[in-house]
Amino acid sequence: MSTLFTNARLIDPERGETRGALLVEAGRIKAVIESGDLPQAAEVIDCRGHCLAPGIVDLGVKVSEPGERHKESFASAGRAAAAGGVTTIVTRPDTLPAIDTPETLEFVVRRAREDSPVRVLPMAALTKGREGREMTEIGFLKDAGAVAFTDCDRVVTDTKVFSRALTYARSLGALVMAHVQEPGLSNGAVVTSGKFASLRGLPGVSPMAERMALDRDIALLEMTRARYHADQITTARALPALERAKNNGLDITAGVSVHHLTLNEFDVADYRSFFKLKPPLRAEEDRVAVGEALASGLIDILCSMHTPQDEESKRLPFEEAASGAVGLETLLPASMRLVHGGVIDLPGLFRALSLNPSKRLGLETGRLAKGAPADLVWFDPDAPFVLDRATLRSKSRNTPFDGARLEGRVLGTWVAGRSVTETR
Amino acid sequence: MTFRARHLLGIEPLHPTEITELLDTAQRYAELNRHGRAPRDVLAGLTQINMFFENSTRTQASFEIAGKRLGADVMNMAMQASSLKKGETLIDTALTLNAMRPDLLVVRHPNSGAVDLLAQKVNCAVLNAGDGRHEHPTQALLDALTIRRAKGRLHRLSIAICGDIAHSRVARSNIMLLGKMENRIRLIAPPTLMPSGVAEFGVEVFDDMEEGLKDVDVVMMLRLQKERMDGGFIPSEREYFHRYGLDAAKLAHAKPDAIVMHPGPMNRGVEIDGTIADDINRSVIQEQVEMGVAVRMAAMDLLARNMRAARDQTGVMA
Repeated sequence: MSTLFTNARLIDPERGETRGALLVEAGRIKAVIESGDLPQAAEVIDCRGHCLAPGIVDLGVKVSEPGERHKESFASAGRAAAAGGVTTIVTRPDTLPAIDTPETLEFVVRRAREDSPVRVLPMAALTKGREGREMTEIGFLKDAGAVAFTDCDRVVTDTKVFSRALTYARSLGALVMAHVQEPGLSNGAVVTSGKFASLRGLPGVSPMAERMALDRDIALLEMTRARYHADQITTARALPALERAKNNGLDITAGVSVHHLTLNEFDVADYRSFFKLKPPLRAEEDRVAVGEALASGLIDILCSMHTPQDEESKRLPFEEAASGAVGLETLLPASMRLVHGGVIDLPGLFRALSLNPSKRLGLETGRLAKGAPADLVWFDPDAPFVLDRATLRSKSRNTPFDGARLEGRVLGTWVAGRSVTETR
Repeated sequence: MTFRARHLLGIEPLHPTEITELLDTAQRYAELNRHGRAPRDVLAGLTQINMFFENSTRTQASFEIAGKRLGADVMNMAMQASSLKKGETLIDTALTLNAMRPDLLVVRHPNSGAVDLLAQKVNCAVLNAGDGRHEHPTQALLDALTIRRAKGRLHRLSIAICGDIAHSRVARSNIMLLGKMENRIRLIAPPTLMPSGVAEFGVEVFDDMEEGLKDVDVVMMLRLQKERMDGGFIPSEREYFHRYGLDAAKLAHAKPDAIVMHPGPMNRGVEIDGTIADDINRSVIQEQVEMGVAVRMAAMDLLARNMRAARDQTGVMA
């Protein structure tokens, strides 16, 4: 079975943007055709001049199985991903219970295989129960399919435990993802300190807490030489440290959520708990600086940090409300704000959305190159719409973009050459 | 611009003319109260529920007296002992109460923003009696009325607010109100008790008491919570009193006719010297308590008028 995509703006993060056609056969890209005669194919899809890009690899998605399936299941997350142009979701282990044994990991792999229309790659906890005391069976978990190890939003405060886990992970070539937030300073905080926090009377954390945690981790990397990814760098003050660490040859990458690039602390407005995130939304200067860092490549990976929360856990006084926002379906249209705002170009955006996470996890995806898996997203970058959260496929609809004007609509998604686009 | 709001949730959304209207109404009630002639029919037939999710004797009593003096049927609910312990959410509690059709809901809650959240879910008028570190609007209004009566005006005064500003909703509401009325505000506190981003509030910031009190017309002291005294934010009670407690020597830096205020309850010997608190020439602390009742009568009166007007418009009988 072969499929020919014609009349497309081909967005290849490695080679830039071209016009042409793409031939897919047996789940892989057989040819990229920029000029000349088009080959025959069983199926022809006219892209109508819109964009065709490598499908998004979303690093750090919370699917609430096991434990809180009412918030999100593999079926609902998979549908949401397909609708959002996400072809691979890399799941977080902060479920109930945490994914910290090969047995629980196998549950995730099996459930994902049964229910998700898109690829699912699981991460596992770095320490048992994400409690920061004993490392998990990193070897067994890696053999069972864990692509990275993380305690998610819990920082391993005991530096001896963390340094040993990093050292052990390094020997297996395993990637460790960490949340960078100095835990003492951020304890109890729900917003970033400053004028807004004081106006609303909410406990705030200094943006410096991020840099302090990153500085510590960088020192541990110099010690251990481990493979390390900082989940979200959201402040200007952390950027010079990240840059130095990269220049010094440490194996470090960093990510950021699209929310921190498109919203700032004042969006919380009158205690809107859908804007309560971890780390909290930042000052406008930080948002701008981090956007520039993404464009320059200093920050490698753009993700949604998809965190489903039901109404009950959000409809509470701000301090008591749960953190996090769903993002699988809004990642691409929200990211397009950066393109339309002139912060980054389309190949640059897909470097951060598709290529870099693929490279970091050692995947073949993320490219529009001959032989690469045919994981594709077809989208109209300019189509405007107003987001109505009731239309989201996620079981939880805690999006900060409800009612927002967005530009950029996914028209189709393919995983290994097979369409996963829902018709409705 | 007259006060047309449905709720009194904070000072932040109020226009200066609305503040003046509230204060003028309160001033009339203060006079009527002194002569024992408060009109009993203003809130007659209305049900007022005081919901306190946080302990308070003074504020609750003040709201209760204000309501009763105007003829409302007042009910107090001690919420710490109630449904929240059984796991009911704030919104469910609000919906349950709403179904009983109260007219005025007076709410205090330990979380910032909780009263706003509750107000979105009920049909009656909501008065914020203090939410977390956010706002305490009737306190700021009673302070303003006290200042206006003592100084003859509420603008172009130099006003010092001293103490635990970071954790104080009283300070926040006062900064808003006094700023809107175009006064010069000086905040005095150890840096650990100063809110972040305070420089952007249009105030002057001091960590030295004597410097900060220089030539001010009003000295507003704040209560220091017991749990903040030991080591966490300040080294000790006695060091705090030495550096920030209001005594005669420090007060001498203010204008000779400066008044001393405190929202109560006071920690004598921690933030304020007992003799100053009792000095009838300087301290207006008892007057603040008196104005508290008048301000709450005014707020409930105006909210009830707005509510009746809205009900008449929609054709629902009040």
